[in-house]
Amino acid sequence: MKILEIKNLKKSFDSLEVLRDVSLEVNEGQVVAVIGPSGSGKSTLLRCATFLETIDSGELVYLGEKAATTGPEGKAVYAHPANLRRIRRYVGLVFQNFNLFPHFSVIKNVTDALITVQKKDREEALAIGRELLAKMGLSDKEHAYPYQLSGGQQQRVSIARALALRPKILFFDEPTSALDPELTGEILKVIRQLAAEKMTMVIVTHEMGFARDVADHVIFLNEGVIVEEGPPAAVLDNPQNERTKAFLNRFEH
Amino acid sequence: MAFSLLVMKLAEGLLVAMAIFALTLLFSLPLGLLVAFGRMSKNFLLRNLIKFYISIMRGTPLVLQLMLVYFGPYYLFRIPLGHGYRFIATIIGFSLNYAAYFAEIYRGGILSMPVGQYEAAQVLGYNKTQTFVRIIFPQVVRRILPAVTNEVITLVKDTSLAFAISVGEMFTTAKAIAAAQSNMLPFVVAGVFYYICNIVVAFAMEAVEKRLSYYQ
Repeated sequence: MKILEIKNLKKSFDSLEVLRDVSLEVNEGQVVAVIGPSGSGKSTLLRCATFLETIDSGELVYLGEKAATTGPEGKAVYAHPANLRRIRRYVGLVFQNFNLFPHFSVIKNVTDALITVQKKDREEALAIGRELLAKMGLSDKEHAYPYQLSGGQQQRVSIARALALRPKILFFDEPTSALDPELTGEILKVIRQLAAEKMTMVIVTHEMGFARDVADHVIFLNEGVIVEEGPPAAVLDNPQNERTKAFLNRFEH
Repeated sequence: MAFSLLVMKLAEGLLVAMAIFALTLLFSLPLGLLVAFGRMSKNFLLRNLIKFYISIMRGTPLVLQLMLVYFGPYYLFRIPLGHGYRFIATIIGFSLNYAAYFAEIYRGGILSMPVGQYEAAQVLGYNKTQTFVRIIFPQVVRRILPAVTNEVITLVKDTSLAFAISVGEMFTTAKAIAAAQSNMLPFVVAGVFYYICNIVVAFAMEAVEKRLSYYQ
């Protein structure tokens, strides 16, 4: 089953074309890694997919439901607000710098949206939150505040926060870039575990190890276009495109 | 006049000053938030209207504003005003003035919030009201508290400006007694009262700040 389809997505900021004609598909249970140099449009692609940016034209479809399509004038038209709200619930996002709510305790960070947005009762939300924190190895941090945690722990809380809403697809925006190198392992472990549970994920990353380790599909983005994609072994170990080769070469030393 | 009688009279005035203080905060703190929203509105007309309002409130003396609010209705519209209007005019004048200052403090606090907090809330499905009430505003309150404390302390002293329209608050009383008796003791006592009030205010605000600093 196709969880996400992006067709001919275009996005510019003023006169700068950041994404020009990007199309991709993500199937259920698939883990897609998006790699590429700075300024290639990786983050913008992810922000468009998670509705933090509006697309200029193209199609954005989740589980067969159209969130945005290109209208008769060639410009993107978004779904009716009520439909869009429902489609948005399919989507979760883990930020590079976590964006936890500093005034909420760890458990409140994870459960508040369940209570406030999804109107679940407190007990049910707490049960969901505690289960996720246990899974993230953070059961003892329930009552801590984000500032009391390490970067890796904060990122795991933010993953728990996203998972609490049971998204159909979870996006990661460079989830380890704000962390010390020795802490990337704990995040990789969590993502690997989610992959084993067949969570559908799209991960924008600089970590080639990440892409090789957990992804079953790698997309190489350059100057707003997908120049190469395929299984990690093909894209990372045997790239065909010159730009991919040049980009990957820089990581080998 | 016996010292105890002087203190009694001034304490009566102090009660009026405290009423002005409390009512002004009660009205200007919420009003200031509305004004801040107007100031940040996408609507050009509203935004600039509010900008003008704030600039008038900050750019002219509060004493003059009190006079306008008090005498305005009579001079402009010949509306006869009862004696009770003095106090009401004071509250209106103070609230409008302080709302403008509080609005700018709120605005500064709101603008200082990192965009990531809004984005996180949006992705989690919070609507705009929920985002503001649950995520943004509580953090803004903590950020602006030191600036608000400043204004609140100024307000304690500013209540004395109500003397301009003869509201019987502490400074008005002190001035009357001092003039009648050619004695500056009433001013000294009033000064001590204002100072004690502000020590209490500063202490209370510090306690609130401490309470809100459970996170970093």
